[in-house]
Amino acid sequence: MSALRESLGFLTSRLRQVGIFVALILIVLLFQILTDGILLEPQNVTNLVVQNSYILILAIGMVMVIIAGHIDLSVGSVAGFIGACAGVMIVHWGWEWWLAIPACLLIGALVGAWQGYWIAYVGIPAFIVTLAGMLIFRGLTLIVLKNQQITPFPGELRALGGGFLPDISGGTSVLEWLTVILGVGATLALVIQAVKERRIRKKFELENEPVAWFATKTAFIALLMLTITFLLASYRGTPIVLIVLAVLVIVYTALMNNSVFGRHTYALGGNLHAAELSGIKTKVVTFRLFVNMGVLAALAGLVFTARLNSAQPAGGTGFELDAIAAAFIGGAAVTGGIGTVAGAMIGGLIMGVLNNGMSILGLGTDYQQLIKGLVLLLAVGFDIFNKNRSGKGGGISIIERLKLKTPPAADVDTGKPAAEHPVPVAAGK
Amino acid sequence: MNTPILQMRGITKTFPGVKALQDVTLQVNRGEVHAICGENGAGKSTLMKVLSGVYPHSSFDGDILFENEPCNFSSISDSEKRGIVIIHQELALSPYLSIAENIYLGNEQANRGWVNWRKTNLEAAKLLARVGLSENPVTPVQHISVGKQQLVEIAKALSKEVKLLILDEPTAALNDEDSSHLLDLILHLKGQGVTSIIISHKLNEIRKVADAVTIIRDGKTIETLRLGDGEITQERIIRGMVGRDLESLYPDREPQIGEEVLRIEDWSVRHPQDYSRVVVNNASLNVRKGEVVGLAGLMGAGRTELAMSVFGRSYGTATSGKVFKHGTEINTSTVSDAIRHGIAYATEDRKLYGLNLIEDIKRNVSMAALRKLVKGGWVDKNQETVVANDYRKSMNIKAPSVAAVTGKLSGGNQQKVVLSKWMYSDPDVLILDEPTRGIDVGAKFEIYTIIAKLAAEGKAVIVISSELPELLGICDRIYTLSAGHITGEVPIAEASQETLMHYMTKEKE
Repeated sequence: MSALRESLGFLTSRLRQVGIFVALILIVLLFQILTDGILLEPQNVTNLVVQNSYILILAIGMVMVIIAGHIDLSVGSVAGFIGACAGVMIVHWGWEWWLAIPACLLIGALVGAWQGYWIAYVGIPAFIVTLAGMLIFRGLTLIVLKNQQITPFPGELRALGGGFLPDISGGTSVLEWLTVILGVGATLALVIQAVKERRIRKKFELENEPVAWFATKTAFIALLMLTITFLLASYRGTPIVLIVLAVLVIVYTALMNNSVFGRHTYALGGNLHAAELSGIKTKVVTFRLFVNMGVLAALAGLVFTARLNSAQPAGGTGFELDAIAAAFIGGAAVTGGIGTVAGAMIGGLIMGVLNNGMSILGLGTDYQQLIKGLVLLLAVGFDIFNKNRSGKGGGISIIERLKLKTPPAADVDTGKPAAEHPVPVAAGK
Repeated sequence: MNTPILQMRGITKTFPGVKALQDVTLQVNRGEVHAICGENGAGKSTLMKVLSGVYPHSSFDGDILFENEPCNFSSISDSEKRGIVIIHQELALSPYLSIAENIYLGNEQANRGWVNWRKTNLEAAKLLARVGLSENPVTPVQHISVGKQQLVEIAKALSKEVKLLILDEPTAALNDEDSSHLLDLILHLKGQGVTSIIISHKLNEIRKVADAVTIIRDGKTIETLRLGDGEITQERIIRGMVGRDLESLYPDREPQIGEEVLRIEDWSVRHPQDYSRVVVNNASLNVRKGEVVGLAGLMGAGRTELAMSVFGRSYGTATSGKVFKHGTEINTSTVSDAIRHGIAYATEDRKLYGLNLIEDIKRNVSMAALRKLVKGGWVDKNQETVVANDYRKSMNIKAPSVAAVTGKLSGGNQQKVVLSKWMYSDPDVLILDEPTRGIDVGAKFEIYTIIAKLAAEGKAVIVISSELPELLGICDRIYTLSAGHITGEVPIAEASQETLMHYMTKEKE
């Protein structure tokens, strides 16, 4: 009984994280039923991954920028611009793919440095700088492409967008074994890591999730990964871009959690003044965040171009909105300081499943946009609602709040701003 | 002329856990300039907020009689209707609007919803003439100096047909010339029949303009001195302001003072926006190993500004002066430089500048010295937890675990997290700005104990505080600041509240 109550209390305190996950599952189930099972057919799951990969890549950089309290509206245009550059380099100039890809990533870094300079060192709000960037790089895209698409690209580059890992069984098996090995391996690694983390938390007397919840969650995620593995393996195997994405997610999750840079990003988003007065070089951190965003936007541009097999003048239009929506649906805070790469990935998948499911149902872009807009509004509205209910303290859950008869300690003690109502010297005498 | 215009009787105002005002009595006669004196936090501003309706009638006990009629204000607009206007210390003007627009803000000169600009500007010009300001009423307020902005505030009050004008520290942000002009204006308005209440720390100003002085201490009225009853002297006021026993408890300590650790020489800082204001003027001070040095000064004396400008130029412009550590000049022009040289500064406003309130204890503790935790390129989170747990135990931070979000902690525990953060950065010099502000008495004692322990470990500690008993209780030596100047350096053996207050209110010659 008490275990159940403990679990329930925990779930409520993590309403946001749990809610977003449940929302994804519900949306998948809904479309699975509405589309008569087409959604989770092996071919469609593969499509889902490939179609959304570039948005997810952008969402990684975007959530970092948002955690720092900024925004980047230019990523769609930058992705389009890099696609154009790749077209010129590879198709017109005949560069090899292994030369063109690093060159494009470098251009992305330079684009990011340009915007980061204005934001971090000149002090223009990111909204303005990247709004300008949105126009500038769209314009440059048109100039570079002379308003015409460039096509076709060589197979090596196209593999980045639509290629698969080789079939080691040589096409004799129903399941693609390399994919199975990778999938099972990744699942095992994840479970082991989760158990290890839990042990460490216990050792250091940190609050832990209730056992029942931990087991359910881990089992569920493992099951999910194995299912996806199975589905991918029974079609054409592992898309190359999924490997790229997986590496990015692992690296950036580690970076945000365990590196000085990542931790400084959270610190400056949470309280810029406190970060500055703690000796954090906030300008340098901001600058690097935008350089990073530029590189990821370039990568997304390459993947997108490779998938379409053409660099187009309008390529990447609207990507920024999907990436921003993914970050916010995934729990990032508009005011900065809160957000995770994993959350942004789930947010991106929600958007992706909505897109894909509605396309299968034959809904036009008109309805798709309408529904996506409402989902974004609801997700962030739920956040704000939850926060207001739990008071300004930062993260007190609804349940905790209801349990407290008096306001939380912080409010009693310093509820009155010191400057406004000077506290008498003889307090409490 | 001795008819009272305002009588406040038995005013008691309680905040959760704190009695801010206790049975306060105030009588102001018609046509006089009445000064209210008291230490920071004595309850002066609270009393004025009670009077002007910021705190509605139901939230305090006691009676207010204005022109012999009882007042039951429930908001500022109620008191303004009766002719009581308060001008707060922080000016409430909108910088982008014109002078005339500001004067009539919320009281627009309009016909059926449309602003009558001709009337607005004409009337504003008349009011500006009354306060002796020759500015065009259409000038945006941001283009005039702070001193003139203060006059615009008074013009705004006059537009409301003010009978009783309350000025809260009107000269705190002004230079000498603007201050004396303002004081002349107050006397001029007195001639026109406007009664004024002026809250000020500057005793010489009070002597210049006040007909009567009411002294408040610890939320109680101590006495009212009237001009006729004998002379109002600075000493007399000071005695009233500080006449209190050192009854709080401070931990015993045996100071083990060693060699000089930090010396600041000829330090000057100008106001970041108003270049003409010198906020800290040629200040020099030093602190030795194992010593606790106090920095006393009234509001606006430049204590925080001095500390923050030394700590990585976090305040002010055109900063000049030298900082020496162990006799060698060091560069503290960025916060990370200052931290690298072993200086730590815990801010007076821990919520705004000290903590990341949405993060947990351990991440706040490691914030200033994250690099100490890096192993092989990654932050060692286990070590971080160990470190934070050590501080949680040694500093007695009351929280379920170090994963608790700091925004949920009480003020005292938040302050302990801030101190932990700086202790982990392993400084040689700690500057603690109002370390016990907004903290209850029990937690204060714990903070004092921590300070004593830091000194015993050989750290040099500088404590900035508005509470003189606190400085007398924990310091070995106290510097006093007044209007940006260091006006005194008092060894603890010779220090008393009276001597400190004397230096703190001393004007430069």
